[in-house]
Amino acid sequence: MLTYIVRRLMVLLVTLIVASLAIFVVLEVLPGDPALLVLGIEAQDDTLAALRAQMGLDRPAPVRYIEWIGGLASGTTGISHTYAVPVSELIGERLAVTIPLALIALIVSTLIAIPVGMFAATRRGRTGDYAVMGFSQVGMAIPNFWFAILSILIFAVALGWFPASGFPGWDTGFATALWALVLPALSLALPEAAILARVTRTSVLDTLGADYVRTAHAKGLAPRRVLWGHVLRNALIPMTTIIGLQFAFLLAGSIVIEAVFALPGLGRLIFQSVSQRDLVVLRDVVLLLVVFVVVVNFLVDVAYSMIDPRARRAA
Amino acid sequence: MKITMHGAATALALGLAVLAAPPAMAQSKDTLTLGFTLEPPHLDPSAGAAGAIDATVYANLFEGLTRIDENGAVQPQLATSWTVSDDGLVYTFKLKNGVTFHDGTTFDADDVVFSLDRARAEDSVNAQKQLFAAIDKVEAVDPGTVRITLSRPEGALLFNLGWGDAVIVAPESADNNKVSPIGTGPYKFDRWVKGDRVKLVAVDPARQIQSVNFRFIPDPSAQIAALRAGDIDAITNLNAPEAVIAFQADPNFEVSIGSTEGETILAMNNTRPPLTDIRVRRAIAHAIDRQAIVDGAMFGFGTPIGSHFAPHHPAYVDLVATYPHDTAKARALLAESGQSDLKLTLKLPPPTYARRGGEIIASQLKDAGIAVEIIPVEWAQWLEQVFRGTNYDMTIVSHTEPMDIGIYARDKYYFNYDSPALKAVMDKLNATSDPNTRNALLGEAQKIVTGDSVNAFMFQLARLGVWRKGLKGMWRNAPVQATDVTGVRWE
Repeated sequence: MLTYIVRRLMVLLVTLIVASLAIFVVLEVLPGDPALLVLGIEAQDDTLAALRAQMGLDRPAPVRYIEWIGGLASGTTGISHTYAVPVSELIGERLAVTIPLALIALIVSTLIAIPVGMFAATRRGRTGDYAVMGFSQVGMAIPNFWFAILSILIFAVALGWFPASGFPGWDTGFATALWALVLPALSLALPEAAILARVTRTSVLDTLGADYVRTAHAKGLAPRRVLWGHVLRNALIPMTTIIGLQFAFLLAGSIVIEAVFALPGLGRLIFQSVSQRDLVVLRDVVLLLVVFVVVVNFLVDVAYSMIDPRARRAA
Repeated sequence: MKITMHGAATALALGLAVLAAPPAMAQSKDTLTLGFTLEPPHLDPSAGAAGAIDATVYANLFEGLTRIDENGAVQPQLATSWTVSDDGLVYTFKLKNGVTFHDGTTFDADDVVFSLDRARAEDSVNAQKQLFAAIDKVEAVDPGTVRITLSRPEGALLFNLGWGDAVIVAPESADNNKVSPIGTGPYKFDRWVKGDRVKLVAVDPARQIQSVNFRFIPDPSAQIAALRAGDIDAITNLNAPEAVIAFQADPNFEVSIGSTEGETILAMNNTRPPLTDIRVRRAIAHAIDRQAIVDGAMFGFGTPIGSHFAPHHPAYVDLVATYPHDTAKARALLAESGQSDLKLTLKLPPPTYARRGGEIIASQLKDAGIAVEIIPVEWAQWLEQVFRGTNYDMTIVSHTEPMDIGIYARDKYYFNYDSPALKAVMDKLNATSDPNTRNALLGEAQKIVTGDSVNAFMFQLARLGVWRKGLKGMWRNAPVQATDVTGVRWE
C-alpha cells in the first residue's frame, strides 16, 4: 500500500511540473499588455514603461519562470498586477467561498443520489423506478444556471427568504454567510444528483445479479443487510469515480453559478484575471485547479484500493 | 488541508442553518446600497484608468482642488477660490481651512504639492499623466495657498484638476491608498469584501446616510434580481436597456434616463486604403441609420450625434444632418471614388453597444454595397491590435472621457487622422480660458472633424439608472465616471 502511494505521488509531482511549464508558456504567448489594461487608452509611453518595470515584466521569461516556481516552492506568491495584494491572499479569500460551495453541493447531491438510486434499483421496472428515472432525466436536462435563475426568482425575489446574490463574508456570522450559499449549492447539486442517482441505480443493479449476492441471500441474511453490506460496497467503485469527477467539475462548474449569484469565488477570479491579463494571478489559480484535479484523482485511486483490496495488488 | 476541514464543518452545519430563520435583511434608512457591474481593481484613482475606481471613491472619499458637478461644470472643492494671471500661466488657489484626512493628519498646501508632483513625476503610474503636462511647477506659498505655474497656457486646467486622477492625497498614506484609501471626503473607507462589496462610512455622525455599500454584481439580470429582492437600493448604470421598460411600469422604482460622456463611434483607420478617400468615409457615414442603431441595439436609449461631442454640453453644435441616412447617396459616393466590391473588417470589443450595434451596421453597410466581416475581440486584444497597433479597418467604441475632441488633434492616435486646421484650433483653445471663446473654438473643431468625416458618429451613450422610490439626489448624468453620493438622501 505504501509503495503504491509513493509511486502515485511521484507521478503527481511530474504532472504538476509539466502543467506549470505549459501554463507559463501559454500565458507568455497570450496577446495583451497587462500594463496597458491597467492604465487605459490615455496612458503615455513612459508611464507604461514605469508600470511594466514595477510589474517585473521587463525581465526575460526564463528568469520569471524560475522566480515563480522558486517562490511557490518557498511558499510565497507574486503580487497581483490589478489588485496590488499577494496572490495567496486573493486565492485564500476566494477559496473560502468556492470550497464550501463545492463541498456542500457534493454532499447534498450524494445524500440525495445514493438512497434514491438504491430505491430505484430495488424497485426495478416498477412505478417507483420509473418515477426516479423520469425525474433524473429532467434533472440532467436542466442546465444548472437555469435552475439558479428560477430559484432566485422564486426564493429571493418573490418570497424574500434568501438574498438574490452576493456573499457577505464569513466574518459577518456563520449563519448569514451560509445562508447566502444555500441557493447556489442547491443549483449546483441537483443536476449532479440526477447523474449520480442513475449511476447508483445501474451499478447496484449490476451487483444485485452477482453470484455472491445470491449466496448471501441463500445464507439467510436479512435483505437489508445484503443490500447495505454486500451490494452497496461493491457498487461503490463506479460511484466513487463519478463523485471524484464531479468534485473537479463542481469547482470549475461553479464559474457559471458564481456569475449568476455574484459570488466572489475562484471562478470570478479566473474570469477577472483573464480579462485584466493579470497573469500572476492566473497562473497560480490555474495551477491550483490542476493540483485539485490531480489530488482528487489520487484520492479516488487510494479510495478504490481501500474499497477493493484487489486494486492494490493489480497496481 | 485546513481549508477542507473548514469546508467540511461548514457542510455539516448546513442542516442546522436550514432550520434557522433567515438573517434579517431589512435595510434601515441610514444605509445606501448601490449595484455596479465592475469591481474596482484597487481604490487609488491616481494609479489606474479603471472607471470603477472613480465610481466608488470620487467625491465620496477622495477630493481634488476642484470638482466636476452633475452637469459637468467645475466647482470649488479643496480650493475655495482661485485667481489666474493675465497671461494664463499662473494659477493661485486658496485652500479650505480645517480639513483633515481620515487618518487625522491635517490637509495643507504641502499635500497639494506632493499629490500633483507625484502624479506628474518621472516614474508616475498615473493613467492620465497628460492632464498635468502643462504644469511647470507647483509651490506652497503658505499652508493655505498653492501656486501652479504652467509652461504653456492650458485652458482646461481647472477641469483637469477635477478629474479623479488629480485627487489630493497625503504623503503619509499615499502608498497604501490602493487597499486602504485615506482621503478628505465626507465618507471614509470601512471594509472591502473582495468580489462582493466596498463599504464606506460617514465621517460626520449627523449625516442621514451613515454607510454606503458598493455591491459588485457582474450580470445585469442578477443586478435586477438583487434590486427587486431589496438587496440593493439602486443601479446607477444598468447595462440591460431591455429591462428598463419593466421598471418604468413599476411604482416602487424610479427610472432615470440621463447622458454619459460616451460618444459611440464607428471609428475608421484613416490611413488604410480605401478609407484614405474622404468619399468612402462619407459614403459610410451616409450608409448608417443612427436612429435604427439606437432602437435596435439600445432599445431606443441614446441620442444620435453628428460629431465627437456630447449633446448636453453648451458648446455642442448639431451636425446630425450633415450625413443623413441615404443609401443611394452612399452608393453614388462609392461609385464616384471607383470602389466596387468593397470589403472591410469591423473589430468589435465586448460591450453590448459594440456587439449589437456592429451587426446592425454590417447589414446597413451591406445595403450600400460594402461587405463587412465582423471580428469580435476582447478588450486586451482591442487595446493591442486596434488602439496601439492600428491594425484594423473599422471598429466600434464609446469614448467615455469628458471633453475629448482633442484626441483628433493628436499625432499617432488610432484613427490616424492628421489635420493642420484642427491642430491650429486646438492650440488656440488651449491658450484661452474665456468660456465664450472656448465654446466657439470647440464648435469649429466639431465642424472640422465632421467635415472630414473622420469617423462615422453614431450616438451618445445613455445612462440608465433605476432606484427605489424615495431616494433623492442621485446623479442622472455622468459627466465624469463617478457616483457622487454626497448629496443623496432618503425621503
